[in-house]
Amino acid sequence: MNDILETTKNDYKYGFVSDIETEEFPRGLNEEIIRLISEKKGEPDWMLEFRLKAFRHWQTLKTPTWAHLNIPPIDYQDIIYYAVPKKKKLNSMEEVDPQLRETFEKLGIPLDEQKVLSGVAVDAVMDSVSVKTTFRETLAEKGIIFCSFSEAVREYPELVRKYMGKVVPYTDNFFAALNSAVFSDGSFCYIPRGVRCPMELSTYFRINAANTGQFERTLIVADEGAYVSYLEGCTAPMRDENQLHAAIVEIIVEKDAEVKYSTVQNWYPGDKEGKGGVFNFVTKRGLCRGANAKLFWTQVETGSAITWKYPSCVLQGDNSIGEFYSVALTNNYQTADTGTKMIHLGQNTKSRIVSKGISAGFSHNSYRGLVRVAPKAANAKNYSQCDSLLIGSQCGAHTFPDIRTGNKSSTIEHEATTSKIGEEQLFYCNQRGIDTEQAVGLIVNGYAKEVLNKLPLEFAVEAQKLLSISLEGSIG
Amino acid sequence: MMLEVKNLHAEVAGEEILKGINLTVRAGEVHAIMGPNGSGKSTFASVLAGKEKYSVTSGEILFNGKNLLEMPIEQRAWEGLFLGFQYPVEIPGVSMANFLKAAISEQRKYRHLPPLSSAEFLKMMKEKSKIVEIGSNLTSRSVNEGFSGGEKKRNEIFQMAMLNPCLSILDETDSGLDIDALRIVATGVTRLKTSENATVVITHYQRLLDYIVPDYVHVLYKGRIIYSAGKELALELEKRGYDWLIKDYDNEQ
Repeated sequence: MNDILETTKNDYKYGFVSDIETEEFPRGLNEEIIRLISEKKGEPDWMLEFRLKAFRHWQTLKTPTWAHLNIPPIDYQDIIYYAVPKKKKLNSMEEVDPQLRETFEKLGIPLDEQKVLSGVAVDAVMDSVSVKTTFRETLAEKGIIFCSFSEAVREYPELVRKYMGKVVPYTDNFFAALNSAVFSDGSFCYIPRGVRCPMELSTYFRINAANTGQFERTLIVADEGAYVSYLEGCTAPMRDENQLHAAIVEIIVEKDAEVKYSTVQNWYPGDKEGKGGVFNFVTKRGLCRGANAKLFWTQVETGSAITWKYPSCVLQGDNSIGEFYSVALTNNYQTADTGTKMIHLGQNTKSRIVSKGISAGFSHNSYRGLVRVAPKAANAKNYSQCDSLLIGSQCGAHTFPDIRTGNKSSTIEHEATTSKIGEEQLFYCNQRGIDTEQAVGLIVNGYAKEVLNKLPLEFAVEAQKLLSISLEGSIG
Repeated sequence: MMLEVKNLHAEVAGEEILKGINLTVRAGEVHAIMGPNGSGKSTFASVLAGKEKYSVTSGEILFNGKNLLEMPIEQRAWEGLFLGFQYPVEIPGVSMANFLKAAISEQRKYRHLPPLSSAEFLKMMKEKSKIVEIGSNLTSRSVNEGFSGGEKKRNEIFQMAMLNPCLSILDETDSGLDIDALRIVATGVTRLKTSENATVVITHYQRLLDYIVPDYVHVLYKGRIIYSAGKELALELEKRGYDWLIKDYDNEQ
């Protein structure tokens, strides 16, 4: 009985709301609001210009409808585009609002400097503002810049100007244009030439205030020969209404550099009837610009009512490598359309796609992938593996691979499987004393192992738990 | 009395398979259940384990005095019932070690025992794997994935050794085994036998009973135990087949 109570309680363990005073703008979106955001953040004129151009372009666009998703109409004039936890300008940890610190402690974020030992540097973004970046001094010694996006705009404008919008231009798509117009904060990271970042860099995003959209931007630059492993976690409170999240992540990997980007996305998925939940419309793309550049995306997607997300690699440098590892789990009435694009431009470029979809309840889970080999990308190689696991008989799994090759020296392999958790497997586990909930967790984690193994250790453990928790109640 | 099955009736999809089984098993005993194909042997094993596909329409099963039919499958396991599967299933990506760790920790929780430390667990794995001559390469692999027929059956007995049940039901454990594998599996079962536990062996052939010597042999036919005797019955069945028993039974009906 206690177990059952515990299970129900754990449904979405990040669902609390922090009672923190926020300063919010009025609802709605117009040039005035954009000017206000920019002014509030003390931005230079070029940034305001960028925002306005993006906004004007966005007004000409329509919500994309090509995904295998049913996106209800969104009233963009009913959203608050800027919310800040009050009392800003912090000089030390002690000045952080105790409530806010408690929130981050609940999330298990090692915000305190004393947790240096855990080796994770964190930039925590709550609603629209980056709250505190830890370990800046340690990183600064190596010349690594890791700070909030707003700070980067103020302190490293030349770097931001050089790289921002170069991989994901504001004209890229509807949500990218929206983000470019109204983005509030995010993280910026620059690893200088030849530097190996000594710790995992991590960003936690949390939506707290009601009726607020979250539009963060992440920009990561690994200069020649640099290395960084970057983690991103996302949570949100449980609310009845849908919340919009439209982020942009841009990554530039120069010659001989390597970037690993891992995400555990756990935005509130909505309740069992499909009410509420985050709309997660995200554009993530990396450019392997120089020769031998490497970019690895790993994502574990369990949250959000709707996910629209395709972390992609543009393999421009010769011999560059792009890899994408994904576990996307949908339950109840969640829908996800996710995958990747591997664009081979350079010679001898290699890409690898491992996608593991898990559908339960009444959910629909789609893999969408594009592998494109340009005529000049001689000897390009791609391997794609797309697996789907179905739990129950009311859910759906869909695969939309798109392969286009412009030359004859390239090799492209695509494998796909669909399987179901069988009654025989569950009976076998039950007979050994493992109850059904736990058995499903074991089976699903076994299925997703190849991807989970790509995550940094502490993240992998969290992701494993998340997969099990997200499936609780999915088998009657 | 460890197991008391009284007038057990069970059906699947409206068709009655078990039509009044009576069986009593005491601690320290080995029972063999034999019978022609389709007589209900595997169904009986599944019903004991609690497989939901079968519905029990009447009768009673007491396991160490407790009403077995009221328990969910996993609780039957925690109470000490083990089923050796005829066709062990594969669970890709889940290592034997993880699988057994989960199984044992649940069992210990139910019995209010402290959890095993990793060191204790590994030591136990090492010791028990010797019983069926299973190498550490098998225990580090995914549950039954890519195992040969013989390896799967040895793995069943290995799990039995790890879980240390009081009642083991071995469903056609000898099917598909060559003579060496049969010897290893059967010797393993014999080694695990104590005066505290009991085994029900379901088999087609006498040859397994050369190793696992039963105290009682029962013949199951058309969902009923139609004849029971001592170990010599198995030899007689091997020689004469089932026809003489079946004919008598059918005539009586």
